[in-house]
Amino acid sequence: VGPLPETSLRRTALYERHAAAGAKLVPFAGWEMPIQYAGIRQEHLAVRRDVGVFDVSHMGQVESRGPQAPAFLQRVLSNDVRRIPVGGAQYSVLCREDGGVLDDAITYRLAECEFLTVTNAANHDKDLHWMQAQAAEFDVDVVDKAHCFAMLAVQGPRARNLVQPLADGSLPPRMRCAERSVAGAPTTVCGTGYTGEDGVELLLDPADAATVWDALTERGATPTGLGARDTLRLEACLHLYGNDLSEDRGPIEAGLGWCCKEETGFIGSDAVAEARRSGTAEKLVPFVIEGKGIARQGNPVIGGGVVTSGTYSPCLERGIGMAYVSGTRTEPGTEIEIDVRGTTRTATIERRPLYNQGGRERG
Amino acid sequence: VNVADSSYPDDLLYHSEHDWARVEGEEATFGITWYAQDALGEVVFFDAPDIGAQVTKDEPYTEVESVKAVSDVFAPLSGEIVAVNEALAEKPETINEDPYGEGWLVRVKLSDPSETESLMDAQTYEAGLE
Repeated sequence: VGPLPETSLRRTALYERHAAAGAKLVPFAGWEMPIQYAGIRQEHLAVRRDVGVFDVSHMGQVESRGPQAPAFLQRVLSNDVRRIPVGGAQYSVLCREDGGVLDDAITYRLAECEFLTVTNAANHDKDLHWMQAQAAEFDVDVVDKAHCFAMLAVQGPRARNLVQPLADGSLPPRMRCAERSVAGAPTTVCGTGYTGEDGVELLLDPADAATVWDALTERGATPTGLGARDTLRLEACLHLYGNDLSEDRGPIEAGLGWCCKEETGFIGSDAVAEARRSGTAEKLVPFVIEGKGIARQGNPVIGGGVVTSGTYSPCLERGIGMAYVSGTRTEPGTEIEIDVRGTTRTATIERRPLYNQGGRERG
Repeated sequence: VNVADSSYPDDLLYHSEHDWARVEGEEATFGITWYAQDALGEVVFFDAPDIGAQVTKDEPYTEVESVKAVSDVFAPLSGEIVAVNEALAEKPETINEDPYGEGWLVRVKLSDPSETESLMDAQTYEAGLE
């Protein structure tokens, strides 16, 4: 018989480190991942004020290599792949023909015809099969690399100062990547992240992960779990696939038109162009709850719409979130009402991001 | 948040939904257990119910929210709410810091004190957590 459903959760190379640090480990997309160590709020504030390190080894990687790798990715990814220099990085979405979003991803250009696309854990297998299916008409090898990498995110105002002395060369700037040795481990260092803070992400051999983790934490990086990763990304208004993005929604209504370059002819570009031209019935907006209460994913917006992400913001000390609302009332300052489990809560649509790096914290 | 090690005081009665009751005559104070606050993580919002509201044993009567989730709070006994812990509005994390003391939630005038017979003592409750 087979294939049989996965019965046991996968563990990252850092499982022992998490357990030793007192992490609460929970199932996440088939992995046993740390949701928190000391507490979500204090981990969150450590990243905003100092530096935190996340194990994000559950993220997947797909390599696209070959003479037609650029042409292939131009077809599969919504952004203009030609604009990624060697040693560069780019955010994009993968769309179906009808414009529905299959995933969002960062793609690194490691060489002229060699790319690495970082996928969401829950979507990795789907993305891989989709990409391999589209690759048939191109001279390109699309290879699953998810087992080849551990991935650490070092984020916060002190992140670069903390990592730099461990590296054998200067760290790449934002949205660039470089091959470096970090704490003695061969590492692809990427100037990317998912917190709204400066920092780097490290792709390395799982066998080296514990050594690098130890070097980072010994220098003062706060172990930070997926709980704080979610509150951080939501303050920064970064999308979470499965919440704010899905196959039932297109990139235009999600506010991701900026990473769609329809003239490249990517899969779904006709649908995206039409949505951009005609507008969409709903749009994703960030909001802040006025007063008490915390809206959560799935709470209805009264009069039409739905909350797709909602949490408590440790920096703003209020309920925050993102919701799809009618395209006619998306102006910042507009008040909306949300049905939070039977209680009507008033929220105000805000500009993104809700939290600016080094910027405003509402009193 | 400073959270002490797990503890389940002997003078309390426990409900399987991780709520406790401190019965004093015809009234009882309710709260959530150390296990519950630990599972929730830092509480950031306590939705205080109204004084005078009726609560029913085994039914939810309010909510506590941590950063990551909202959870119902179940009444371990039935009765009428005669006091709520107003201090939690400003410092909900007190529920984590002192779940059996300053982190109490409500005080209830019991409508059927015999309901206490169905609650657990500390040893039984703690054994059930294993």
